[in-house]
Amino acid sequence: MDSHDNGSAGRKVTFKIWRQASPDHEGKFETFTVPYYKGANVISSLMEIQRRPVTSDGQKTTPVVWDSNCLEEVCGSCTMNINGTARMACSALVDKLQEPITLEPLSKFPLTRDLAVDRSRMFNALKQVKAWVNLDGTHNLGPAPRQSQAEQAERYVLSTCMTCACCLEACPQVSMDNNFIGAAAISQARLFNMHPTGQMNAADRLRGLMEAGGIQDCGKAQNCVQVCPKEIPLTTSIAAMNRAVTVQVVKNLFTQDEPTKAAGGPA
Amino acid sequence: MAAGRYTVVGGGLAGLMTTIKLAEAGQHVDVLSIVPVKRSHSVCAQGGINGAVNTKGEGDSPDIHVRDTLRGGDFLSEQTSVRGMCNAAPGIIYLLDRMGVPFNRTPEGLLDFRRFGGTLHHRTAFAGATTGQQLLYALDEQVRRFEADGLVTKYEYWEWLGMVKDEAGRCVGSVAMDLRTNEIRTFPAEAVMLATGGPGIVFGRSTNSVINTGTAAGRAFMEGAIYANAEFIQVHPTSIPGQDKLRLMSESVRGEGGRVWVPKKKADTRHPNEIPSAERWYFLEERYPKYGNLVPRDVATREIFDVCRNLGLGIGGKDGVYLDITEQSAKVQDKIKGVLEIYEKFAGEDPRKTPMVIFPGMHYSMGGVYVTFEPGTNQEPAPNSPKNQATNIPGLYASGEAEHAYHGANRLGANSLLSCIYAGIIGGPAMVAYSKNNAQRAGGATTKPFDDARKQWMERFEQIRKMNGSENPYQIGKELGDVMTENVTVIRYNDKLKKTLDVIRTFKERWARCNVLDTSNNANRSLSYVNQLWNMLELGEVITQSALMRDESRGAHYKPDFRLPEPKTKDPTQDPEWMKLWKARHEKWAKTTVAKWTPKGPEITYENISTPVLDPEPRWYA
Repeated sequence: MDSHDNGSAGRKVTFKIWRQASPDHEGKFETFTVPYYKGANVISSLMEIQRRPVTSDGQKTTPVVWDSNCLEEVCGSCTMNINGTARMACSALVDKLQEPITLEPLSKFPLTRDLAVDRSRMFNALKQVKAWVNLDGTHNLGPAPRQSQAEQAERYVLSTCMTCACCLEACPQVSMDNNFIGAAAISQARLFNMHPTGQMNAADRLRGLMEAGGIQDCGKAQNCVQVCPKEIPLTTSIAAMNRAVTVQVVKNLFTQDEPTKAAGGPA
Repeated sequence: MAAGRYTVVGGGLAGLMTTIKLAEAGQHVDVLSIVPVKRSHSVCAQGGINGAVNTKGEGDSPDIHVRDTLRGGDFLSEQTSVRGMCNAAPGIIYLLDRMGVPFNRTPEGLLDFRRFGGTLHHRTAFAGATTGQQLLYALDEQVRRFEADGLVTKYEYWEWLGMVKDEAGRCVGSVAMDLRTNEIRTFPAEAVMLATGGPGIVFGRSTNSVINTGTAAGRAFMEGAIYANAEFIQVHPTSIPGQDKLRLMSESVRGEGGRVWVPKKKADTRHPNEIPSAERWYFLEERYPKYGNLVPRDVATREIFDVCRNLGLGIGGKDGVYLDITEQSAKVQDKIKGVLEIYEKFAGEDPRKTPMVIFPGMHYSMGGVYVTFEPGTNQEPAPNSPKNQATNIPGLYASGEAEHAYHGANRLGANSLLSCIYAGIIGGPAMVAYSKNNAQRAGGATTKPFDDARKQWMERFEQIRKMNGSENPYQIGKELGDVMTENVTVIRYNDKLKKTLDVIRTFKERWARCNVLDTSNNANRSLSYVNQLWNMLELGEVITQSALMRDESRGAHYKPDFRLPEPKTKDPTQDPEWMKLWKARHEKWAKTTVAKWTPKGPEITYENISTPVLDPEPRWYA
């Protein structure tokens, strides 16, 4: 269905790829040489290796294990360290990378195998900050309150976060041994606190941000905002949530001992 | 009634909406998904979701939405479900709005709507050009809330392998494999929802995500589920060609004023910006003055094919035409920023300044696992009927792209997100109603069918693990994609379809000589792929066989050797001779293709379509 140019005939690209059968196994690099074509990216090259799992020195090996799905930088699956930087592999074009292209798994998450890691801590963090609108139910209740174009624009960019983990990988405060939730979840708390209905539960989210591993662990290194593939203003979100948390701390001082009355219904 | 345990397979829009409806009814749900649900293929939908909210003073209504959808599908859609879906659409958009989807707004703060193909109305609500991502996230958040409450358990990185059936043939659960540990276990369930998406990867490179192999639907087909309308494969007119995938370029580009053109001069070597407008051919606008660039997808795709392949007018004499948004203001371009960035990132040129080069790419399967609906009042699916979204296997349900009902012979843009969500809305309650009517709860079934099913799958994977032949399974998968794309997409000829069937049969022989490539027991993806590949071959066969047997042209299924002549009048209903031909063809072929699996290949019959909502009429857009 396409008959496009396959580029320079015969040119090859060299990859150095981290191989580790499981967290309990020793890891090592393997080198692969794959055919070059115009527009090739890291994932298309890994697919080439799948079809011919042989290293540069002719040794048969297993296909590399990695996570990927949409291949258009919207699902957040294929994050890995490419030449030492955490980024999405699908949009890492071979033409723009220095060879040998080194692929390593993210270092701040438990390894599954080779380049695949377990990022469940990020999804758990979304529970901690209650990143949702507390819907009454899915029955028909008409539209949400009106929102301005400016509010939509501000929320939309925050909502493009694909939980890819670049921001956590780049953050000096995040490590395998701690539970810092990281910039992504803090920014999601802000997203829902900006929604006209979501803000009714703003205090719950702020409490989540104050729990163990919360916003207080941010060291303000500002690496997160530099590596975000969606250019989400993560440091703006962190600053906004820091202010909101401070206000909440003061509020908590005065309301701590008062039992919360059930809202709305008869006493 | 005490809470039951249900399984939803797939964490895209259809699966998550089903999950929400089940959890909301107090039921416990196990969600099985090959990837973390937030990474499901629904994220790739770009342009929007349809609903006749009529905020633009155009007199739009759900009835017109029904008519556009049925015409768009060339009258092969299941009509009651389409009516139910279109009537529910405005409420669904409001629901998503309440969940916090950042839909674009009008200056008054209302939901904004854009135009999409196959309609003359502004009916498509959108969140930039990443609407699918935004909708999936909204449902993901609600499911996470139920998960935090303990009603939903997610099994991410778990692959559904097949059904567990009791002695009576009812589906009472599933067998699945943990893709990280390769552990195999069973999941008992009152009912199982297959919301496993489409078979794009059967075509190799498509606009689909890599998990969209159709493996679950293929396996369900082998286990007795009917597969319907397999031949109706939508090829999206505008995608960015690539070696690993054909990245979608949203219809919203045309909805926001993007124009399709080629240089009038063959193999013109000038830069597109240097070609004056008098020397450009805006072929869709010229051939379809009423709908212009927004004709339905099958029509646009065939025209682009015609211009490139038959007239030789593709850019530089090759496959490819210009999709041009450069004339639009920065403000308009900003509404589709997400997709323009994809183009810029992968093609390396700024589409705001230089027209994009695009070509059709396989996109969506209208066909899928056969499902039924119980007509209620107002010719809509009856609320809470256990027959809605039900397959022919009791206890097995299907929704989303995995099923066959809503889109007939061709899907309209921005109807897929809608059909996924609507199917979940009626599918969840259908599963609960089914369980309620069932004398025996799944929990009461004996353990034998579960033990047997688990054993059978353990043995199958032990066999696969021993495969040490000379064939690379990924290479067979690639070759399957190449032959399917070449012969079973835009233009179909019977001789080529027959050859394709032969080739698929040789792939099946080669499959037996596969090498598993990896014998380990930790995150062994090759093991899973070898099993999937067989299911892909089964689907390839049913798609090709169905295409071979349907000797007509309808919607996305186009056979030059079997098509009606051009009518003599612009409005074909004014040409009585042509209408006779149309009626004869319609009586013969306005039927659902029904495929049953046999070891020798699919057995195909045809089922009449009932038309309680709208009488079929000729489909034309000129």
